[in-house]
Amino acid sequence: MTAHTQVRNVEIRFDRVTKVFSRDNRSYSEDFRAVDDISLDIHSGDIVALLGKTGCGKSTMFNMIAGLIDPTEGKVQVAGRDPFREFDSFRGKIAVVFQNDRLLPWRTAIDNVELGLEMLDVPKQKRHEVAQHWLTKLGLAGHEHDYPYALSGGMRQRVSIARAFATDANLLLCDEPFSALDEMTGQRLREEFANLVRENKKTAVFITHSIAEALQLGDRIVVLKKPAKIAYETRLSPDTSPEEKERIRERIREVLAG
Amino acid sequence: MNGVEVFARRAGMIIIPFVFLALVWQALSLVMPPYTFPPIPDIASRTASILVDWTQFSDVLATVARILAGLTGAFVFGALLASFMVRLPAIDQLLSPVLSFFQGIPALSWVVFAIIWFQGTETRIFFIMVVTTLPAFTFQVVDALRGMQKDLIEMVQSFRPSRWKMLKVMVLPAIFPEILTSWKVNLGNSSRVVVVAELVGATDGIGYQLMQQQQLFDMAGAIAWTMQIVFFVIVVQQIIALIEASALGYRAISERAL
Repeated sequence: MTAHTQVRNVEIRFDRVTKVFSRDNRSYSEDFRAVDDISLDIHSGDIVALLGKTGCGKSTMFNMIAGLIDPTEGKVQVAGRDPFREFDSFRGKIAVVFQNDRLLPWRTAIDNVELGLEMLDVPKQKRHEVAQHWLTKLGLAGHEHDYPYALSGGMRQRVSIARAFATDANLLLCDEPFSALDEMTGQRLREEFANLVRENKKTAVFITHSIAEALQLGDRIVVLKKPAKIAYETRLSPDTSPEEKERIRERIREVLAG
Repeated sequence: MNGVEVFARRAGMIIIPFVFLALVWQALSLVMPPYTFPPIPDIASRTASILVDWTQFSDVLATVARILAGLTGAFVFGALLASFMVRLPAIDQLLSPVLSFFQGIPALSWVVFAIIWFQGTETRIFFIMVVTTLPAFTFQVVDALRGMQKDLIEMVQSFRPSRWKMLKVMVLPAIFPEILTSWKVNLGNSSRVVVVAELVGATDGIGYQLMQQQQLFDMAGAIAWTMQIVFFVIVVQQIIALIEASALGYRAISERAL
């Protein structure tokens, strides 16, 4: 593989990235090192789980990929560009699924799904068709004109997943999207979500504190540990045996506990 | 109980207190001089004559126009101030005490200031209307902007909207309920202030007509003109209620009352 091809295939690159939240920021009583000298490449088509306990820096990494915060040192690149400084140029290229559905309560399900397409100035008829397609795909046909309050938690999260897929963004960022759901609904949605990501050849980065979720969804698991370092990393494939998964589960437990 | 019965019961509950009031007034009119407690039929006929006689009704319209112009001016100016106050803490620190100070100044004082500062009647009344309702509008819009859900703002920002799109899809719908409430509150205030403003210097309008009735010692006329402004407030409140019912239908309604 040539160097050029390698660069092209890297969707997200963390190059010796450190993020320190200054105590000047009122939220912190002293300087807080959220991410410490992390280097990581995520390739196109990967489904990467950033796994760790609360405060290990996974949300900070997530926000840096989303372009919401800037690294203190080092460089974050998405598709070869800086997501913070070139924020607007990523319009329609990054979609986010949040921990809770974050549906706009004054919009119906279909209007919520159309939101990202509105930002891209897609004509009304076209965005309606796309939104309808994704709602149907996620099993919400017949609920297009329901307001969020009339939908169950699982249905609302499906709408938010439809909203993320509707923009056809290359990169999906997911912030513990299934953690607020009951076990059965979460399990089913995780499967559907992983299938959709693979079917549509997206790159997905999701943060989670659940080892089971990371093992179920991820092609690659990156375990972060305080003080915000990569403590363990592994790859999974469809051929990974249950025994091997169990071994990985134990290893992750040891890393997180140690 | 069917729908007609419910409606009749509610209508009865609204009407009965007024019937009681009218009966008490009518009883007093039998024992008191007519210039203090004129009979109800006299008041009713004077009230109706204002509504059907264009020369008199034009005075009602003049007052209505002043109220609406004043409220619109105060709302537009207040919304602008509020947006600056929310974005720039220095402006907030500068304006909040000034607006609080303004709130303590009686409407009649503003009438005196307006007479000293301005020449034209309409300019004076517009100034009084704006300055007396501006603080409430500004504070209400500030509260509405600050009360927007941060997680929804972040969600919309993740789609990288332009400033205009952010305003359209997030800010305006989020603050709309509070804006309607602010109009309801200020409508009542302004209907009281406009009469005071028209008492001094105006040559038409309900306030001017009230002054005429006072000089003629015509109680029936004074009440008939007062009723015009009460009708106006009720009509506009009902219009706002209709807008609320239509635009805020997305809100979940609990079957159990608070």
